Amino acid sequence: MDRNSKKAWLYLLPSLVLLGAFLIYPLIDVLIYSVEECYNFASQTYQGVGLYNYSYVLHDPYFLQAVENTFVLVVITVPCSTVLALLISTALSSIRPLRQLFQTIYFLPYVTNTLAVGLVFMVLFQRTEYTDGLVNLMLGWFEAGPIDFINGPHWAKMFVLCFYTIWVVLPFKILVLTSALASVSEEYYKAARVDGTSRTRIFFRITLPMISPMIVYLVITGFIGAFKAYSDAVALFGTDLNAAGMNTIVGYVYDMLYGDSGGYPSYASAAAIILFVIVLTITCVNLLVTRKRISD
Amino acid sequence: MNITLENLTKRFPARGRKAQGETTAVRDLSFQVPDGMLVGLLGPSGCGKSTTLNMICGLETPTSGKIFFGEEDVTSLAPELRGVGMVFQNYALYPHLTVMQNILFPLENLKGKDRPTRQEMRRRALETARLVQIEELLERRPRELSGGQQQRVAIARALVKMPRVLLLDEPLSNLDARLRLQTREEICKIQKKTGITTLFVTHDQEEAMSISDWIVVMKEGVLMQQGAPQQVYDDPQNLFVAKFLGTPPINVFEGLVKNGRLLLDGQEALSVPGAPDGDVWVGIRPEGFLPHPQGTVSCALDRVEVLGRDTSIVCAHPACQSGTVRAIIQSENQVDPAGKTVRFALRPEKVFLFHRETEERIRFDCTSQAGL
Repeated sequence: MDRNSKKAWLYLLPSLVLLGAFLIYPLIDVLIYSVEECYNFASQTYQGVGLYNYSYVLHDPYFLQAVENTFVLVVITVPCSTVLALLISTALSSIRPLRQLFQTIYFLPYVTNTLAVGLVFMVLFQRTEYTDGLVNLMLGWFEAGPIDFINGPHWAKMFVLCFYTIWVVLPFKILVLTSALASVSEEYYKAARVDGTSRTRIFFRITLPMISPMIVYLVITGFIGAFKAYSDAVALFGTDLNAAGMNTIVGYVYDMLYGDSGGYPSYASAAAIILFVIVLTITCVNLLVTRKRISD
Repeated sequence: MNITLENLTKRFPARGRKAQGETTAVRDLSFQVPDGMLVGLLGPSGCGKSTTLNMICGLETPTSGKIFFGEEDVTSLAPELRGVGMVFQNYALYPHLTVMQNILFPLENLKGKDRPTRQEMRRRALETARLVQIEELLERRPRELSGGQQQRVAIARALVKMPRVLLLDEPLSNLDARLRLQTREEICKIQKKTGITTLFVTHDQEEAMSISDWIVVMKEGVLMQQGAPQQVYDDPQNLFVAKFLGTPPINVFEGLVKNGRLLLDGQEALSVPGAPDGDVWVGIRPEGFLPHPQGTVSCALDRVEVLGRDTSIVCAHPACQSGTVRAIIQSENQVDPAGKTVRFALRPEKVFLFHRETEERIRFDCTSQAGL
């Protein structure tokens, strides 16, 4: 090792120590937990090494419910929120008066606390003995029967959760896309106008390809974020998510650690590793697909 | 296709909260571009030449005035209905499309009966690519091309729909010096081959002079002078045009006309029959100086620069505005580099008088010079 690289390692040491202690060590620890069978939390002993924890988790109906919920959430909210954000930011960048005001309004949910927004959604959607809630009131205008969105059928609860998630993630996406749209040079649009390009063609042949790197970024981070959803569900349905049938994978991990049925770090670790594998796979597929598309 | 501008004016509203009034980018501009000519629209930055170009292509609507293509009034016509091709300063090639797709883009916009078949589009794109000599680059993307190649793609994209008028905004400003020379010849050649009336904007007088059939000089939104390049150079109508054209630039002196004689720093320099008495600006082209032992203008010699073909003499004269006088002479033998002073005779056709206040040209009879 020559002097220069010794020096380089020396400079890297602080960050390596921090990364090691708070990232790499816990990761390995989780992996180890997940293969220790019949781990006893009190005595900190285990009886063997194997894949039993994984098998247990994968056969646990609560976990399967959580996986299903998470996938539905991901599949619905990521495309919906991205397309909505694209529409809104395109509209925002095409208006001139009051643009700043609208940008601020659309960004407000981002700086608002998740639980506070959840409370507002509860008020909007929940049916109580006294009122059917604002949404049901509005549904009544269209002759649609009152639906209990918070304690009712699974699809209704899923709808509220998706609606809420889209609402929460939208501001950041609008912010990113608005700045991406602003960075597209005016000259391209002028050139398109001289050639008499229609608005839809300008959007699909010029604007969209120009901001596609940002869209890819939003989709990938959107997938990762949606897979890690937990607090949104808690905000709407309380902490007993298994009973509500609205648990997510992260929620399942939490329950296994600290919930009423908790105290099983091995099962929690196994579930966490499964989530990690799912997210990793999907991100890789995403990157491969988009890289191929962009280089075409 | 003639292009005629009639009293064209463009005012932009004031921007921002504190700004007041409005900016007049183009003021009462009228000129005609003859059919099939390569015309240079020339002026310093901010003189409204790009705005004029944008109005001709339809990206900006004039505040008042009219634009005609031939007999047709196109003032309120949308850009795509005017039949113009535009090459932008930064080329505006779509980076995610190949060269071929870029050239096809304007054709794919056509609708209805104007829309050619897929085959016809490709044939026309290929033909245009061949015209600007980029047929081997068709599958590349813009970022894989040099500046000059990008420019030719941009020209091809502008030409592919067979426009009546081709407009180029600062076509050479993004190229390095060597490429600039080559490209301007290229543009000239393409224009001659197609015969399309072409208007290009530039702030570089050399660029405009070298390839244009006709130049239009603008300043602060107002037409200063138009004509064939040599004619404008030889016969400037005001001090601005005289100063703007020519490298090295014209030498400007403070002078006085008295009884048909021009005095520089109190010394008689030239007889100017027909010029009224009064204070004037005197513009003398660098090639207007002839070294002569009995010359009327005496300058303190600073240095002699041998440029090969000709020689540049840098000297000082008390009446000269900028402090240094630059003269270009044929051969270095005539001036002793070690000398303290150098005397020049003036070539009257290279000497221009301008009114001290209005800076308009004052004409005098330069044919009847007694000379030296």
